[in-house]
Amino acid sequence: MNFLLSEDQLALLDTIRGLLRDKCDPLQVHKIFDTPGDARFDATLWASLGEMGVPAIFVPEEHGGLGLRMIDLAIVSELLGSFVAPVPFLGHALATVALALGGSAEQKAKWLPLLASGEKLATVALGEGRSDWLPEEWSLSVADGRLSGQKTLVPNAAEADLIIVGVKDGLALVEKGAGYTTKRLDSADRTRPVDTVDFDGAAAELLADGAAALPRLVDAAAVLLAADSFGGAEHCVIMSTEYAKMREQYGQPIAGFQGLRYQLVAMALATEPSRGLYWYAAHAWDAIPDKASWAAAQAKAHLTDVFLQVTRDTVEAHGGIGFTWEHDTHLYMKRAMLNWAWLGSPSRHRLRAADLAGW
Amino acid sequence: MELGFGPEYDSFREEVRAFLKAHWPPADGDLKSPENERAFVIAAIDAGYFHRAIPKVYGGSGQERDIARAEIIREEFTRARAPAGRIPGNGLVVPTLLEWGTEEQKERFIPPTLRGDIVWAQGFSEPNAGSDLASLRTRAELAPDGSKWIINGQKIWTTHGHRATHMFLLVRTEPDAPRHQGISYLLIDIRQPGVTVRPLVQMTRQKEFSEVFFDNAETPADMLVGERGKGWNVTRSTLKHERSGIATMTWSLSMFRDLVKLAKTVERNGRPAIEDPRIREELAAIDGQLQSLVYSTYRATSHDVHDREVGWFATMPKIYMTDLAGRIARLARDIVENDFVDMGGPQLKWIERFMISLSMSIAGGTSNIQRNIIAERSLGLPRDARPSGGAA
Repeated sequence: MNFLLSEDQLALLDTIRGLLRDKCDPLQVHKIFDTPGDARFDATLWASLGEMGVPAIFVPEEHGGLGLRMIDLAIVSELLGSFVAPVPFLGHALATVALALGGSAEQKAKWLPLLASGEKLATVALGEGRSDWLPEEWSLSVADGRLSGQKTLVPNAAEADLIIVGVKDGLALVEKGAGYTTKRLDSADRTRPVDTVDFDGAAAELLADGAAALPRLVDAAAVLLAADSFGGAEHCVIMSTEYAKMREQYGQPIAGFQGLRYQLVAMALATEPSRGLYWYAAHAWDAIPDKASWAAAQAKAHLTDVFLQVTRDTVEAHGGIGFTWEHDTHLYMKRAMLNWAWLGSPSRHRLRAADLAGW
Repeated sequence: MELGFGPEYDSFREEVRAFLKAHWPPADGDLKSPENERAFVIAAIDAGYFHRAIPKVYGGSGQERDIARAEIIREEFTRARAPAGRIPGNGLVVPTLLEWGTEEQKERFIPPTLRGDIVWAQGFSEPNAGSDLASLRTRAELAPDGSKWIINGQKIWTTHGHRATHMFLLVRTEPDAPRHQGISYLLIDIRQPGVTVRPLVQMTRQKEFSEVFFDNAETPADMLVGERGKGWNVTRSTLKHERSGIATMTWSLSMFRDLVKLAKTVERNGRPAIEDPRIREELAAIDGQLQSLVYSTYRATSHDVHDREVGWFATMPKIYMTDLAGRIARLARDIVENDFVDMGGPQLKWIERFMISLSMSIAGGTSNIQRNIIAERSLGLPRDARPSGGAA
């Protein structure tokens, strides 16, 4: 049984972890929160990740990528989540998935090398309205090569050179400069700012196999959010545990008090076993087609729920300092908030999983 | 990454299937016959499928440690509904004897235990020694001529005590020594006048456990396992053996399948309960927790196969399953509604499960003891305040 990471995968993670320790320490992330105005991603960090091949993970080798799989994308997503990395990975990675699966030969040849190198930034626009995240709920469509209507919570749309837009008939490719405007939300999660995008007759080109790629793209999004959530939740448990060992009250480390110990254990128990679920969802995406959507829905629901709750528990475990702007706790809670809402709430995905299970 | 065992194990799986095809079901079709089961178990030991870790000289099949093979055997035997080859009574005694027993004890006890001729009861817990096992008071004194131990006291929570022929138990032999150093590990034949076994009735009305009373019971002096006064160390290896194993996860899976079936059959407002969004969502939420357990268990097994450390998860399965069982039982309660109070009604099974799921939070180390283990071993928190060397 080989349900574990290969030496290559562990080595990839080690390399990226080294970079993140160096260039994405908490002070760096706090800067993003402390800079007034619209949130911006850390361009230096994203460029360094680009040199390591992070944007190229899912891009096929013939287009200048690493030609790896969803599990590889997911474990890197976990790592970025554990560092609350302020980089446009989510939208960009999903755009590479959409193009690799749905693009024509020309569309792939034109865009994938640019996305693999990080020279161009891409994102995906899926949600509509308050929470219409699934293709059957969408209203936008491409007519005569033009696209009109609104998409919500689009990651880094303002900076993107290319937006892959989910539409009724599949996926549409919209380039920067086309007829659309973006409006940045006052994003709680400033590590991954999101925009409302209004398309007004924007020039749009359908991806050749967009309709087939669409459900796969939605599942991929669910898997990556679940993975990011695991990384964040695990970090919160470690952070809380380390704090409990160090913080003294009543003349001893608070880790000695059983009430707090059991809270920390409960956080670890909620978090650690969920790793297996997100691994399985990524693996199913790669290798078990008839389970992929169900597993992705389960992972998205379970992991984003766990992450958000664990961030609340983390504040409680830290006491007063955990409630402050200067502490890391809120960076994780806000990341968890976006993971919870983006692509639809856990409740919606559980009902979807129930349908997919054939109940 | 893959969930299977890889092509190198395909031929082994074929071999196991061929064995099963030839041996089970038995030729006369009688699945319940003890003789058929005995013959099957012996054939499976000869083929190297049962008792793999136990050397041939003691009646095992003496195979090299290979978790993948062991798991394939378990899967295929389960699929064929063949006997599982479990040791009747409490199998913990075998690893303990292998590690600590004298050559004579191993030869005398292990082979008949594997054949089912000896059935063991565990004598650890006492009315006043539960989680704090080291406070146990049952005592054994060596007879003046040094030939035998005389035992007095009481044990409790003895599983299937009425079926057992023998007991392995912890007794206090050095009353003046510090509490952990005064304990010895003894073997005793419990079918003797000095031993009284009395069944305990559980809240479910079932009788799975017993109390066992010792009134000048006797066992030969050479029935001591390990050194006198060092029984605590012997115990600790026993508990270590108990807290591992992948098969337990399948129990959670089958209980959940039953729950889904229940939600599909019981009606609520004229429709199957499973169509009620609140029931449906909670069912899916439980499934998320269950699948987390399933794939973390595959992950743990894979790490075991490849001799890698699995990390935090190592200490977690028991309490995670306990939580799951409780959650499953509570949703069943919500589905059966009025039938929940009728022990003579159609949903007795779920009423029992509502109660039995609680036993998981007690037996084999309470949930709070499990939390202490997670805190110390996984999270690396400093040891909880308790007398030095306490149980856990």
